[in-house]
Amino acid sequence: MSDRRPEERLDGRPGERPDELPPALARIADAVGGAWLSGAVQEVVEFRGETTLLVARERVLDVLRYLRDGARPRFPMLTDLTAVDRFPQEPRFEVVYLLTAVDPQPGAPPAPAVRLRVKTRLPGADPRVPSAVGLWPAADWLEREVYDLFGIVFEGHPDLRRILLPDDWEGHPLRRDAPLVEEPVEFVGHVPKVPSEIIPRVPPRTRPT
Amino acid sequence: MAVTRETLTINMGPQHPATHGVLRVVLDLEGEVILGARPIIGYLHTGFEKEMETRTYHQNIVFPPRVEYLATMIEEVAYVQAVEKLLGITPPPRCQVIRVILMELSRIASHLVWLGTSAIDLNISSVFMYAFVDRERILDLFEQVSGQRMMHGYMRVGGLQWDLPEGFEAAVRQLMEDLPRRLDEYERLLTDNLIWRERTEGVAVLPAAEAVAYGCTGPVLRGSGVNYDVRKAFPYSGYEQFAFDVPLGRHGDAFDRYTVRMEEMRQSRRIILQALDRLPDGPVAVDDRKVVLPPRRELVRSMEAVIHQFKLVSEGFHPPVGEVYHAVESPRGEKGYYLVSDGSNRPVRVRIRAPSFCNLQALPVMVFRGTFADVVVAIASIDIVLGDVDR
Repeated sequence: MSDRRPEERLDGRPGERPDELPPALARIADAVGGAWLSGAVQEVVEFRGETTLLVARERVLDVLRYLRDGARPRFPMLTDLTAVDRFPQEPRFEVVYLLTAVDPQPGAPPAPAVRLRVKTRLPGADPRVPSAVGLWPAADWLEREVYDLFGIVFEGHPDLRRILLPDDWEGHPLRRDAPLVEEPVEFVGHVPKVPSEIIPRVPPRTRPT
Repeated sequence: MAVTRETLTINMGPQHPATHGVLRVVLDLEGEVILGARPIIGYLHTGFEKEMETRTYHQNIVFPPRVEYLATMIEEVAYVQAVEKLLGITPPPRCQVIRVILMELSRIASHLVWLGTSAIDLNISSVFMYAFVDRERILDLFEQVSGQRMMHGYMRVGGLQWDLPEGFEAAVRQLMEDLPRRLDEYERLLTDNLIWRERTEGVAVLPAAEAVAYGCTGPVLRGSGVNYDVRKAFPYSGYEQFAFDVPLGRHGDAFDRYTVRMEEMRQSRRIILQALDRLPDGPVAVDDRKVVLPPRRELVRSMEAVIHQFKLVSEGFHPPVGEVYHAVESPRGEKGYYLVSDGSNRPVRVRIRAPSFCNLQALPVMVFRGTFADVVVAIASIDIVLGDVDR
């Protein structure tokens, strides 16, 4: 074992013993041990009992393949693949993979329920990430949707084109800087509303009231 | 005459009665045999996820039932529980049990629509009529509870809009008493029907390994025999306290998905009866004025209540910085909401994990080397809601 023990790198919980971890988290820490020690996982975030692994974009496929084939428990199901736009922060985009450990054997008793989120950050100037279609056919449409709505390019995807919007659509509507405006209508005296401005965004308070 | 081995490409939909909405499928045929199918979606894309980023967490409660309009109560619970998880609050026990009752009623209503529409796809129209009568009784109950048949807006972050009306429990018990007899009747009409058997058995087969690789959930996955039900795997709303079985199929064909759904309705009835027996007394919303609107009777007496009301309506609450994913078992599979908060009064990102979207992706696997007529059976057996696919 390396001297960098996984439980020492849990975000915000330095030096916590593995036996003090919640059972699900201890299993995950156990499971990702291999990939962890190789330095692929940059950070582990735990929030509300959910675990997120932050991985560099160059290593994301390695980590996903390891979790699918080599980890204990294995994560054979890609439940969700989506993205978050942190505009105007940099790195701007986050691609999020949600994995679920299910027992793929037909007729098996319910498997221990474990979920794991893998996340990678992409700069706004170069939003590219390797495609996971080779690992899960489920990633095909999910990556097309992210490409369609965020403009993130999945390198190696066999058929990367728009899926929800028409082919001639311009822009990527789920980007934070894409405006949400009302369709123009020809009524006299009608001033189009900007829906995103009806309810103002109130920034986080410094102290709870 | 020479026989050509040419493939013929034909288009099905988006305006086609058997696609259950606006789904278009481009099929490559060799004679009657399907060599390729490409579902084309997006005709119902309305940008719910973008819309939800512009409103407060409370205002967003109106969207979930419109995303998936057949299991409305389950959709609302999925969203409000995700926000509750983000806030770190747990609603009181009475609220949890009421949610379970309404969710299971919603599951029965949705499965009845599926049963009726897939029967009518195979020209068995009487089941459609009977199933809709029963579904209407459930929608009447929802109207009694919330004032609306479909777009209820009954769930609140931290609880419910108000308590159950008088007579609700008796009406549900009466419905639950009638239900087994009705379900047996539908099963006799279909399971004993030669046409139904011939058209569904061994048709639209999805092997278990493919179902998992494509991210299928719900009856599509369990019809292939994989034991994954969110209610058992990640219990929410107190499902771990109820005794119920998860029916599994063996062959992964359309008939197995039918039997799984029929048994799920019986299991839902079992859960509802247990829930009615142990329905606790008490409040139906958390006692936190920073999250839940004050009751109307307080507004005339208390200035503080008025201030809270004003702040909640005009600005909303501020969840902590973080991100959560919460999933429930919808009649179509795992319905999840992934919320990202930056500490402000509006979410940064609302991602709706749609079971119909992932299940529909496996359609080409199901229909490969089948006949053209089986496409209708395959689409019906997935039980898609196009609002859920396109969002």
